[in-house]
Amino acid sequence: MTIHPSFPPLVLSALTAVSAMGAGLAATRAALEERRSGLAPSLPADDLPGTWTGRVAGLEAVRLPAALERFACRNNRLAELALQCDGFAEVVLAARERLGAARIGVVLGTSTAGIAETEAAYRRRGPGEVALPADFDFAGTHDLFSLARYVRARLGLRGPAMTLSTACTSGARSFLEGAALLRTGQCDAVVVGGVDTVCRMTLQGFNALALLAQGPTRPCAADRGGISIGEAGSFALLQRAEEAPGAPLRLLGAGASSDGHHMSSPHPEGLGAVGAMRAALDAAGLAPDAIDYVNLHGTGTRANDAMEDRAVSHLFGAAVPCSSTKGWSGHTLGASGALEAAIAAICVQAGLVPGCLGVEAPDPEFRADVVTANRHRPVRRVLSNSFGFGGSNCSLIIGRA
Amino acid sequence: MSGAPETAPPPVRCGIGGIGLLGPGLAGWAASEAVLAGMAPWQEAAPAVPPPAMLAPAERRRASLVVRLALAAAGEAVAGSGLAPEALDTVFASSNGDGAVVGAILDALATPGGDVSPTLFHNSVHNAAAGYWGIGAGSMRPSVSLGCHDDTFPLGLLQAATGVAAWGRPVLFCAYDAPLNPPLDACRPTAVPFALAMLLLPEGADGARATLGLRHRPEAPATEAAPRSALRTTLEEANPAARALPLLEALAARKPARLAWPLLDGMGLEAELSPC
Repeated sequence: MTIHPSFPPLVLSALTAVSAMGAGLAATRAALEERRSGLAPSLPADDLPGTWTGRVAGLEAVRLPAALERFACRNNRLAELALQCDGFAEVVLAARERLGAARIGVVLGTSTAGIAETEAAYRRRGPGEVALPADFDFAGTHDLFSLARYVRARLGLRGPAMTLSTACTSGARSFLEGAALLRTGQCDAVVVGGVDTVCRMTLQGFNALALLAQGPTRPCAADRGGISIGEAGSFALLQRAEEAPGAPLRLLGAGASSDGHHMSSPHPEGLGAVGAMRAALDAAGLAPDAIDYVNLHGTGTRANDAMEDRAVSHLFGAAVPCSSTKGWSGHTLGASGALEAAIAAICVQAGLVPGCLGVEAPDPEFRADVVTANRHRPVRRVLSNSFGFGGSNCSLIIGRA
Repeated sequence: MSGAPETAPPPVRCGIGGIGLLGPGLAGWAASEAVLAGMAPWQEAAPAVPPPAMLAPAERRRASLVVRLALAAAGEAVAGSGLAPEALDTVFASSNGDGAVVGAILDALATPGGDVSPTLFHNSVHNAAAGYWGIGAGSMRPSVSLGCHDDTFPLGLLQAATGVAAWGRPVLFCAYDAPLNPPLDACRPTAVPFALAMLLLPEGADGARATLGLRHRPEAPATEAAPRSALRTTLEEANPAARALPLLEALAARKPARLAWPLLDGMGLEAELSPC
């Protein structure tokens, strides 16, 4: 096989996103334009007074098809809701008719899968009982593969399906792995994206690390206090550009790196983040000045936002506006890269640079051009960052052809 | 074309360089080749899983069984390859991840007043072993971690080979799993620890011992005609990573082989192996 160093031109021939911002791209766009956050005080059952979360309304009522009932859990309900939005499932089914079910792959990211179901199974035990209830379906819910298996079965696809899990880069990384399947000709289209749902494990885990904000998260603020946990499901249908002429939105480049530094603290100088952004720019064959907006990982923790400012200003100086949209959605963990790829697409289509929510002025220590109010201007290309535990970094570039 | 159905994808090809292995009665690739080739008897014995020399002393002491297992196999595959560990993209594949850590957090969450340990939480991520590899190797190269239940080995191998073919770079592939603690052990029986790693190389690159072609199929392969070895009979159901054994046996025998793995939901993976 001939190796080409540059990234293959890929299109997003379908796209959808569900988060606390709303169900579908139109609702998400409206929330951005109207600067309306999806965050709300956490639930009493969360045992985290003062913290806020970004939950998707109405998930409990979402039903999976009867034949796939074994996959029922909050995570797969969110996947199902996302498949129903923006005509996503219909576009995939039409592609299936055209290309054949075996030519469409599924590569999805999650960090939690259905672990909320396992938490519930532990709680359902009687006093002194060790064994989990007999009706608990480990493979159908808890297991990471549950997500990709559910989506493949729900869409009637027969191509390779896999779940990847690289903490908070999972959703972004799925685009890069899907691109590899397209580039090697193993698939003609790949459903990529990520789904992650609020559960006690992540709420209490981030609380144990003292990384949860009191009140809604305020990324890039001088007095930022940490994360608000959110949940999201977002999918894209990736295809080679030559086979989907006319699709306006492209995945122009993608790049990944590792910090090789620490399990949960980013490299203080942001070397890994610079590596991922540079790899994405190189893959796209673009110079930094070709980027019109950087959607930051911007979790709202002191360490992440300071590191990311160093990394972004190292590459872009103060010439490219940047912001985090986690003030709207919360940090949706393994789905965040996929959600923010959809937000990047909205920004391109709407000509919008959304300013950080709830932030009067960015941290005065920051050198990058952090935006705190919405700006309307032409946005041709957006670079979107995701970073995660284990020192995982991934950057995507979404834009017009 | 040889009459394959229209939907048959082209095989994805790569070379196989160094190999690492650690499992019951399989104390490293070099020490296990004769057993895998059927030239020496297999004697089941719990593997000694060494602390990872590549980590700093504090991390080395605290490294869990899963991390030690993965890093031992990955280290053996790279040693002697002439390639620097920090220069390699990596694919780590595990069904259970660090299931003992996940289980300990679930226990804490189910205990009134039980606190989640912050260290356990960051070690619970599925890419923990990959993260420690990156820290130990001082690598800034891309790394991805997959979790695909019973299909973790065949799908991990497919995606690692896909990375090699797509981007023209060597990839270190490591598949590993370790037993879970109660009550999760009853939901996901994993009787023994097992890990293997392979350095996958671009087709035609120096240092390959064999060439591998892989093809995902939308149907299950025909049932194997030949009887399974004692090794496979014992280990394949005892650990999802041990589904690598047919490939490891073929590599040890140094003969061409056609292999196939049935995958969940009625799919299959076909492999063609040619010694160099």
